[in-house]
Amino acid sequence: MKREKPQLIINGRRLDGRAPQDLRPIKIEVGVLKNADGSAIVEIGNTKVLAAVYGPREVVPKHQEQIDRAIIRCRYRMLSFSTPGERKSPAPSRREIELSKVIREALEPAILSYQFPRTAIDIYVEVINADGGTRTAGITAASLALADAGIPMLDLVAAVAVGKVNGVIVLDLNEVEDMYGEADMPVAAMPSLKRITMLQLNGVLTPDEFRQALALALDGINRIYQLQKDALRRKYVEASE
Amino acid sequence: MSVTPETPIIPKVKRDAILNVLSKGFHIDKRPLYSYRNIEIVKNVAPNADSSVLVKLGHTQVLAGIKLEIGQPFPDNPDEGVLIVNAEYVPAASPSFEPGPPDENAIELARVIDRSLREPRVVALDKLAIIPGKKVWVIWLDIYILDHDGNLVDASMIGAMLALAQLKLPRIDVDPNTGEIKIDKSQRETPLPLNRYVATVTVYKIEDILLIDPTAEEEAMATASITMAITEEGNIGGIQKRGLGYFEEKEFDRIVEISLSKGKELIELIKQYTK
Repeated sequence: MKREKPQLIINGRRLDGRAPQDLRPIKIEVGVLKNADGSAIVEIGNTKVLAAVYGPREVVPKHQEQIDRAIIRCRYRMLSFSTPGERKSPAPSRREIELSKVIREALEPAILSYQFPRTAIDIYVEVINADGGTRTAGITAASLALADAGIPMLDLVAAVAVGKVNGVIVLDLNEVEDMYGEADMPVAAMPSLKRITMLQLNGVLTPDEFRQALALALDGINRIYQLQKDALRRKYVEASE
Repeated sequence: MSVTPETPIIPKVKRDAILNVLSKGFHIDKRPLYSYRNIEIVKNVAPNADSSVLVKLGHTQVLAGIKLEIGQPFPDNPDEGVLIVNAEYVPAASPSFEPGPPDENAIELARVIDRSLREPRVVALDKLAIIPGKKVWVIWLDIYILDHDGNLVDASMIGAMLALAQLKLPRIDVDPNTGEIKIDKSQRETPLPLNRYVATVTVYKIEDILLIDPTAEEEAMATASITMAITEEGNIGGIQKRGLGYFEEKEFDRIVEISLSKGKELIELIKQYTK
């Protein structure tokens, strides 16, 4: 079957009823696992991602140890039943290997790794249900899990994708928009510091569209940042009251 | 698992010397910050390949080659040919590269090149169906890093683009009764149909200084880099940020400006070599 390109924006509304600059509904919970030092679950629309953090802890195997800093180890993977259609093979795909690196590099600039020499901080991102934006939800969740583990950071990292769908720049693409849209651009940032820690583009944008998309992404990231802080307060401030 | 790589140790005198020249607007080899090293192209280095190109960017050497096959299309694009990109960091290229299956860096490189070709539709895959839905051309584009002296992505993309641009499809005969396809590699007439040329420009950040095309020594000091694929029309056809560091929001106007102007330059150079 040849892919038919569906109409994704009708009368200024997207298929799920959102306006171009709207996020999907977001639910965040911090501290969802007993054993992990830190954990969080982020739901954005139908995408659901769990992140867990262990560490700083002893480095095994020892040769990975770095004398002046903690190493960050990250694994992103999709559960076998997380995608629509066929079962995903549990063997790591090239995409998962790339995304593990991209997610690690999105978080590295925020973590004060030089405070914990000769240790490892392990970040596990498990995609439970995939409907677009799993790497960005993974980063949002992982930075909360790091905070929950008490690991000092310069700022939280929040992430969201922007893209171009039927010629319109839209925020927070879902799977259908990602698949049939013209461009998908995931962005991660430390919002208070205005530092961009991840940027990818899959698709074609004019330079003007790129600027517009980046501004929209940072606006979305700021909104997610507020929700991250609310989630942390719910666990730590309200619990202590 | 993706693990924080070990940062190479650079002696402080060397580091200070590099920073000193960079702050004056020059690379350690005396070029201006926004200029590429000398680019040398050697065509057809592996005559058994359907197309091959050796790119020398300063002391960086990248070998890109193509093998053509006839195969089945992907079920979601039955009327299109198939392009598969792979990359390998050969252990001969650097003391820090180890033998073994492609690691995350090689996979990332291959995927960045793949996206930069696929999304701007560089290869007219829709013209590569032989029997639609059944038999199509499959292009295996393999990139080998032979010598690492920095800026591997841009060098690889020049190699990939030139290998594609030079490729001539061999003559084929389809038996109308059996549907059997015979390839005659001794006769090549049709060039591979391309829609446009693309080049990648990778902007690196060392302290607060933005620059392009670093040597391996300079690259080891960079905290982050951003690769932009620039199309012939002046659009952005792909982006990838890499590295442990970050970019400031306000740096992007400059990054886009550098990428557009240098991308144009590289595309002109690639076109010259295809003549």
